Amino acid sequence: MQADLNVILPEILLSVYAMAALLGAVYTGKDRLAPLLVWVTAALMALLAIWIGMGGSGTRTAFGGMINDDGFARFAKVTILLSAAAVLVLGQDYMERRDILRFEYPILVALSVVGMMVMVSAGDLMALYMGLELQSLALYVIASLRRDNLKSTEAGLKYFVLGALSSGLLLFGASLVYGFAGTTLFSGIIAAADGQTPLGLLIGLVLVISGLAFKISAVPFHMWTPDVYEGAPTPITAFFATAPKVAALGLFARVVHDAFGGVIADWQQVLAALSLLSMFLGAIAAIGQTNIKRLMAYSSIAHMGYALMGLAAGTAFGVQAMLVYVAIYVTMNVGTFAFILSMERDGQPVTDIRSLNLYSKAEPGRALAMLILLFSLAGVPPLLGFFGKLYVLRAAYEGGLAWLAVAGVVASVIGAFYYLRIVYYMYFGEEGSTLETGRSVVQWVFLMGSAAVMVVGIVNMFGVETMAQAAAATLVR
Amino acid sequence: MDNLLSIVTFIPAIAAAILAIFLRGEDAAAQTNAKWVALIATTLTFLVSLFILFGFDASNTGFQFVEERAWLLGLKYKMGVDGISVLFVMLTTFMMPLTIAASWGMKTRVKEYMIAFLLLETLMLGVFVALDLVLFYLFFEAGLIPMFLIIGIWGGKERIYAAFKFFLYTFLGSVLMLVAMVAMFVEAGTTDIPTLLHHEFASEGFSLLGIHVIGGMQTLLFLAFFASFAVKMPMWPVHTWLPDAHVQAPTAGSVVLAAILLKMGGYGFLRFSLPMFPVGAEVLTPLILWLSAIAIVYTSLVALAQEDMKKLIAYSSVAHMGYVTMGIFAANQQGLDGAIFQMVSHGFISGALFLCVGVIYDRMHTREIDAYGGLVNRMPAYALIFMFFTMANVGLPGTSGFVGEFLTLVGVFQVNTWVAAVAATGVILSAAYALWLYRRVMMGDLIKESLKTITDMSRRERAIFAPLVAMTLILGVYPRLVTDITGPSVEALISNVELAQSVARTATAVAQVAH
Repeated sequence: MQADLNVILPEILLSVYAMAALLGAVYTGKDRLAPLLVWVTAALMALLAIWIGMGGSGTRTAFGGMINDDGFARFAKVTILLSAAAVLVLGQDYMERRDILRFEYPILVALSVVGMMVMVSAGDLMALYMGLELQSLALYVIASLRRDNLKSTEAGLKYFVLGALSSGLLLFGASLVYGFAGTTLFSGIIAAADGQTPLGLLIGLVLVISGLAFKISAVPFHMWTPDVYEGAPTPITAFFATAPKVAALGLFARVVHDAFGGVIADWQQVLAALSLLSMFLGAIAAIGQTNIKRLMAYSSIAHMGYALMGLAAGTAFGVQAMLVYVAIYVTMNVGTFAFILSMERDGQPVTDIRSLNLYSKAEPGRALAMLILLFSLAGVPPLLGFFGKLYVLRAAYEGGLAWLAVAGVVASVIGAFYYLRIVYYMYFGEEGSTLETGRSVVQWVFLMGSAAVMVVGIVNMFGVETMAQAAAATLVR
Repeated sequence: MDNLLSIVTFIPAIAAAILAIFLRGEDAAAQTNAKWVALIATTLTFLVSLFILFGFDASNTGFQFVEERAWLLGLKYKMGVDGISVLFVMLTTFMMPLTIAASWGMKTRVKEYMIAFLLLETLMLGVFVALDLVLFYLFFEAGLIPMFLIIGIWGGKERIYAAFKFFLYTFLGSVLMLVAMVAMFVEAGTTDIPTLLHHEFASEGFSLLGIHVIGGMQTLLFLAFFASFAVKMPMWPVHTWLPDAHVQAPTAGSVVLAAILLKMGGYGFLRFSLPMFPVGAEVLTPLILWLSAIAIVYTSLVALAQEDMKKLIAYSSVAHMGYVTMGIFAANQQGLDGAIFQMVSHGFISGALFLCVGVIYDRMHTREIDAYGGLVNRMPAYALIFMFFTMANVGLPGTSGFVGEFLTLVGVFQVNTWVAAVAATGVILSAAYALWLYRRVMMGDLIKESLKTITDMSRRERAIFAPLVAMTLILGVYPRLVTDITGPSVEALISNVELAQSVARTATAVAQVAH
């Protein structure tokens, strides 16, 4: 029992902290404590990330295999914690000035992060569902954090209804899997699904994949994404675009490899199809967008397509490619959202990309950083975003999915267009920009830091490559 | 010096970083400083690159000045030059100071302009010295970013359309090459170019979606690379981005585009397409030769109809690049030597022609041919220089333009007489459009009111043209300066290609007998 608890000590610490913070805030100053809570939560997450990252190697399981603590889980957890911490501090200034910084916000984020940590270390369908729901419930609430705003509440409701549907699909799939495999443990399912797969198990697998595809907003389960991204307050959009995506992809990898690693051919085509559709829809649908938040929603759909391409390869290298891709994706998005958060005019947030007209004249430094991030998002060399694509392309080719690799690069050309369009407004515009972006130092630091990573990272990727390799090796044996 | 190539490659990038970080303000003093920093950096690059040229041993057909470090994903940071690439490095370092000097009159956003050109130089040099597939791709593609900005920010009226077309067209061409590179990486297990040059990719035919692919894997890889280089080159019929880009780009952008960026396509054919996929190349050679012949005749005819000087020269560039592809895929000593020679010489000549257009554009702010006429009356020095480069463009013996055209025609004549015959008519057509352009702009009486006060070239402008005139003449009368350097490497390349092709032929014959 003691050993079991040790395995999930970080999760326990974070949950206890969240509950203590909740009590503390309720009994004392309520929202006056919120800024402090944001920083404390972020600091705690960063500390936990360091602890998990530095902490031991090797694989431990707890609760009879329901929770795994292996290299893969640790890699995903560190990414989740760091991105969540970054997004928390990024949005603080924005929320405070618009008077929507409630003390519940950091606490809910902390709770959803606990859910994500459970997700990526799940070794059992029950643990999977538990983590997923903990994460989702917290996210439903923060999506509608702006209670007096129609769009925000609509976003929350949409997310909730569709999320509940997807949870239902997933649950139905999970019960089918349980029915045919006779166990909810991944280690048991993989034994049952070895070689000949019963039809029920297959249907269960497809339903589980559908539920998960909803969480990472892969096409055709993406419909909620643009509306939720647009409706939710920007700091929350930034959060949606980062940590939950990592967690859901991590869970995805766990399910397909830990539970169905023996029947790769059965899910490979499904994943390839999801990937193909996501890449193309993300690239094409974003062309018509003028709202940068909606645009980023389609951008994240496309990026999830590429990450899935790595996973679809069905190899250890594929998982490594996915992890590298996601780590790069999260870094780019933190920087991009740092910029989007800072966009305002007369104190009001602006999300229209046309407002960036000739922005490079007013703020050459920030415009340059944004330029780097946009080209990196588009996957243009020599920036780090290109290497993410290179990894997944190689994984897809090695996994026998050369057609998917070709489709992926074609989609990336289409996608380049809308990133270039933002560059076009920033650099080639006609009249001057009246956009104000200079208020927050934190946002500046993250924007510049993220852009610098995109350039400097190509030297050795800060060792992420080897970490991802080690992480993937523990998942795919 | 073990890392001479890295030093040469990154001097401009370092200068760009210095400009970006330390130079503040938009006033006249800051602008002048930016220009000087850029000019000094590019000149320094040229001077240092002379060490490469003088230290280069032409008789050694391997790679020289090689440097190698480990990099991500099992890739390598590896650089080196051989007889094929060294001249392109020199061409780049030689042209860049002239380009910067030609932009001396630039007034808007000078700092960014200089940064873009300096970064572009680093990226172009990187293309020619990279000895790792992905490193090559990195430099090859990254060049799009500064060029996109150069066209988009400092271009003409339709600059936005031209910038997007340029970027997306070339990006689409190259991504297929990226997939092919990944395929080569997986098949051969390495991205090291010297190793890949001796790797035999599978060439047994197989059927794909019901189509039988002769030459198999090699043909597919060849096509993927071809898609990229043919667009970059540009070959007919994927040349349409070039006239737009040229017309809209600022003068210096056009010069770089014509003199260096187009050469990347030809260099790619020489470095990858021909030596790495000899069987695929053999399968597609007739197609490419005819495309080149069509390009030469068709774009020359199109050039005749142009109203815009830059567009005319752009089409003439496409025609001249037709000789290059023709020479490369003739795959013999004269053809390849001629192709490299033609690329180097075209770098000087077309660069100079775009500079010539720039000279009068700076004065009159129009490129319409009809807006000019009789310039010789007020601009004698300009008329002389324009005449000289017009003749070089036509391929007058004694100028470098002649040598390249002649060698490629000799090369292709041995392979396909009809293609040579068709291509030779291009020589006549080029004389037609070039001389006609000259007549319309230069000759006649100076009747247009607006031209009555036009001034001849300044001392700065003459100084820019002097080295170009010198190089065109020297190479025209003493072409061995180029062929002595390229010869041995080209010879080695051809013998490798022929060996691989005969091995493949034997294998096919044996397979047929076995059936």
